[in-house]
Amino acid sequence: MKRIVALAEYCLGCGLCAVYCSALHTAPDLDLVRAFRQPKRLAAGITVEKNLEFAVARSCRHCENPYCVESCITGAMVKDPLTGEVWCDVERCVACWTCVAACPYGMVTISQGPHDQHPHAQKCDLCRNLSEVPVCVLKCPNEALVLVEEEGVA
Amino acid sequence: MALNLIRPQFIVERDRERCIDCRVCENQCANGVHRWDQTRREMTLDTSQCVNCHRCVVMCPTEALTVVATPHRFRDNANWTDKAIYEIYHQAATGQVLLTSMGNDRAHHIYWDHLLLNACQVTNPPIDPLREPMELKTFVGAKPDRLLNQRGEIEDDLPPQVELEIPVMFSAMSLGSISLNVHKALARAAQELGICYNTGEGGLHKDLRQYGKNTIVQVASGRFGVDIDYLRAGSAIEIKIGQGAKPGIGGHLPGSKVSSQISETRMIPRGTDAISPAPHHDIYSIEDLKQLVYSLKEAVRYQKPVGVKIAAVHNVAAIASGVARAGADFIAIDGYRGGTGAAPLRTRDNVGIPIEFALAAVDNRLREEGIRHRLSIIAAGSIRNSADVIKAIALGADAVYIGTAALLAVGCHMCQKCYTGKCNWGIATQDPWLTKRVNPDVASRRLINLLRAWEHEIKEMLGGMGINSLDSLRSNRLMLRGINLSDKEREILGVLAAGE
Repeated sequence: MKRIVALAEYCLGCGLCAVYCSALHTAPDLDLVRAFRQPKRLAAGITVEKNLEFAVARSCRHCENPYCVESCITGAMVKDPLTGEVWCDVERCVACWTCVAACPYGMVTISQGPHDQHPHAQKCDLCRNLSEVPVCVLKCPNEALVLVEEEGVA
Repeated sequence: MALNLIRPQFIVERDRERCIDCRVCENQCANGVHRWDQTRREMTLDTSQCVNCHRCVVMCPTEALTVVATPHRFRDNANWTDKAIYEIYHQAATGQVLLTSMGNDRAHHIYWDHLLLNACQVTNPPIDPLREPMELKTFVGAKPDRLLNQRGEIEDDLPPQVELEIPVMFSAMSLGSISLNVHKALARAAQELGICYNTGEGGLHKDLRQYGKNTIVQVASGRFGVDIDYLRAGSAIEIKIGQGAKPGIGGHLPGSKVSSQISETRMIPRGTDAISPAPHHDIYSIEDLKQLVYSLKEAVRYQKPVGVKIAAVHNVAAIASGVARAGADFIAIDGYRGGTGAAPLRTRDNVGIPIEFALAAVDNRLREEGIRHRLSIIAAGSIRNSADVIKAIALGADAVYIGTAALLAVGCHMCQKCYTGKCNWGIATQDPWLTKRVNPDVASRRLINLLRAWEHEIKEMLGGMGINSLDSLRSNRLMLRGINLSDKEREILGVLAAGE
């Protein structure tokens, strides 16, 4: 089970993690500038919280028993039994926002991509099918985001 | 308010085609150059605050930013340059001593670049360092007067030594002038590389005591953080008399930088100015210096070498001779290009002499007097690459200190604004929002990479000269030739001209 661990001690609060996350999920085949020029852009699955000198990038914890999955009324939000990744099947999402309300960490957001017909739940999917290592981890300029692998399925 | 005559030096150019308004530049600039205009919903610029540190340029994910020098110029005047005129404007407006940081940036000769190295051809074979062992190990400390003792055996009762795997150390940069994260990176890199870093005059933070074997602790005129545990914590003690960037001048860490961390380490109240006097008030002669050297040796039971760091000034050779006679185990000589966290501009740019001359003069003098073995020489003051290291050793150094090069490895962009305390690279600052920009894991890795690369290069060049041990190069000026140097300059450096 992979998890993104944020090291607040070295988080610059620059927000590049969110920039790259949003761009990659919006338009995986486009560069950053073009991705940002899309009429609609998916929300980033990672958010930087800042207060004075403190900053930390928060993203989904891919919980053992995720409330978002439990609460999903259509079965769109699923936890991959093999990898433990929690992700949203956009096709099945009916935009009821139960998951948004259910997530105690506020890590599910409402979003609409450039090609989507309807808004849907959007969250960190650990860049499944997009990048071997999550793009936020790859692009963090201070190595404040670390991908850790834990034993077994969480 | 009267008219401000100083115009911005730099222009930040934003390519609107590439800018994605991500606001990374805004949150990375401690000088407030980039700002988000909420009404127009786009980034705006205040270029007057730009110091050309490149933080925004490097962090911008779309390469939308460039910093260029302003094309705005005064009428051409070789004497009254723009720099000279603006300095007058600044002083006329403020009445202040001009401050600056890092080493002398004047376009004087860089003598390293006027020295050429030898290599083997036909009559003597070069050595391939990938196939044959190459010894770079260096011992800093006094050596015995003779090789054999009275019984005719090899003298093995040596004075204390510091063992270095490569002849390069991180020079004194205090906690205060740079952040704790940079100190951590230097300490970890020194441990991994088997060399030493120098605490500088700001004491030794408790988290860094574990790196004692790879630490040289400094005792400067302010005596910050000095107690018996501090003296015993390192593998050597260095008495700081002077610094290349500001010979004859003390130091001043403003109270605003004296955080609880600095206060604890320096053993001074939080928020108070940390002032290092220009002289040590107990040292007015070589005899006084000798007292301090022996007090410190006594304190560490003669188990650690005690050295003296001086700035390269006009009569450096005579001073070095005195330092040797004061019982120092090593002398660090800091040339006029040596860096600083803050120095008066006039002092930095006009005081002191090049390390190349100082080093050659000191080595000559100590040899003439037959006391060269009594102390090791550490050369400092702008060692920029492995070739400079080799040349320094051929001129007579045992090892070198690097400060600026190390900071560059950590990310410094040489904007020379350390004294403002707003280092956007998180190095020369105590602002917690900025200091975390140096992740010690990343920084120590880069320092290790740098010196591993230099180590390979040094071995290559040594091998090319047919030398397999650094000891055979020390003071071996026959391996050097001068180019574009006057006869007098070559005479002082003790090198022949190219072609001779």
